[in-house]
Amino acid sequence: MIVNETKNSINGIKSSFPIVLGYLPIGFAYGILGTKSGFSILQVVALSLFVYAGSAQFIAISLLSSGTDIITLIMTIFIVNLRHFLYSTSLSQYMKRINRKHIPILSFFITDETYAVSITDLKENNEYNEKYFYQLFFMSYTTWVISSFIGAMFGSFLNGSVNIGLDFALPAMYIALLLMQISGYRKVFISIFSGLLSISLMYILPGNINVIVSAVIGAGIGGLIDIWTKNS
Amino acid sequence: MDKKFVISVLGMFLVTYVPRFLPVFGLSRVEMPSFIKSFLEYIPVAVLSALLFPTIFMKGNHLFISYKNIFLIASIPTVLVAYKSRKLFSPVIVGIISYILISLVIN
Repeated sequence: MIVNETKNSINGIKSSFPIVLGYLPIGFAYGILGTKSGFSILQVVALSLFVYAGSAQFIAISLLSSGTDIITLIMTIFIVNLRHFLYSTSLSQYMKRINRKHIPILSFFITDETYAVSITDLKENNEYNEKYFYQLFFMSYTTWVISSFIGAMFGSFLNGSVNIGLDFALPAMYIALLLMQISGYRKVFISIFSGLLSISLMYILPGNINVIVSAVIGAGIGGLIDIWTKNS
Repeated sequence: MDKKFVISVLGMFLVTYVPRFLPVFGLSRVEMPSFIKSFLEYIPVAVLSALLFPTIFMKGNHLFISYKNIFLIASIPTVLVAYKSRKLFSPVIVGIISYILISLVIN
């Protein structure tokens, strides 16, 4: 029995390897951009420690450095990170087994990548407990924080502007995350609709409000299409 | 670290943590209206597109659709790799390398 159990149980450290590999360059790029945009190493790392959400941190750096007001900043980050609500809802059925005292800690570490990896593992395997989550989440979080710290250090030593392609790290990450999310024609339609709306709103709305407005309208239309077509 | 920054980080922490925490902690027992479920289902796609399109199709506040738009051209191989792999790592690396190569050619 014991042999069987260890054979079938999933290992969070092993599962974290693809995430570690993905977080290293992106955390590094985030760190460089952070200090290059005029933030201190401490500030750059503070975002990784407390927000721990890649795309949101890139956006926060660009909004903060362009002098966006706090309300717009926080609203934008809220909308951008609202997707975690879905991940958390989906993981809740698997986390039911774990003692509730772990939930406030573990839930902090839900990201696009830790969600994607853990949900795949959990669907395939029943042998897990909180240890799996702690291993996976600790490895991913530590990699993110350390790589953004190294990037921030590196960025603060660089003089002037250097083109090492990092300007494109963020759009490339949006593209990758978007294509991980898109399935079916409806989502393709909502994607194009929200994107074009966002471009149009750039001409009439100040700051970066176009992002929140078009995301809410786009997702709202998607929701309406879904409920209107449900009973047909 | 100034006050505005500390408040911003605190605010961002809260608006990020609460949606991560609430459903796993127990909200899952409350049945959400189907519109809200669908709405949330579309949020990632809508947000990412709203962020992405202006970044690659515009320069400053104006449309910039040209072979000289390095962001736009570098997006092509990135989209192809992202579509094939559906992962984070390889599209980002391919994107960065294409961006460097294309900017060397265009400038």
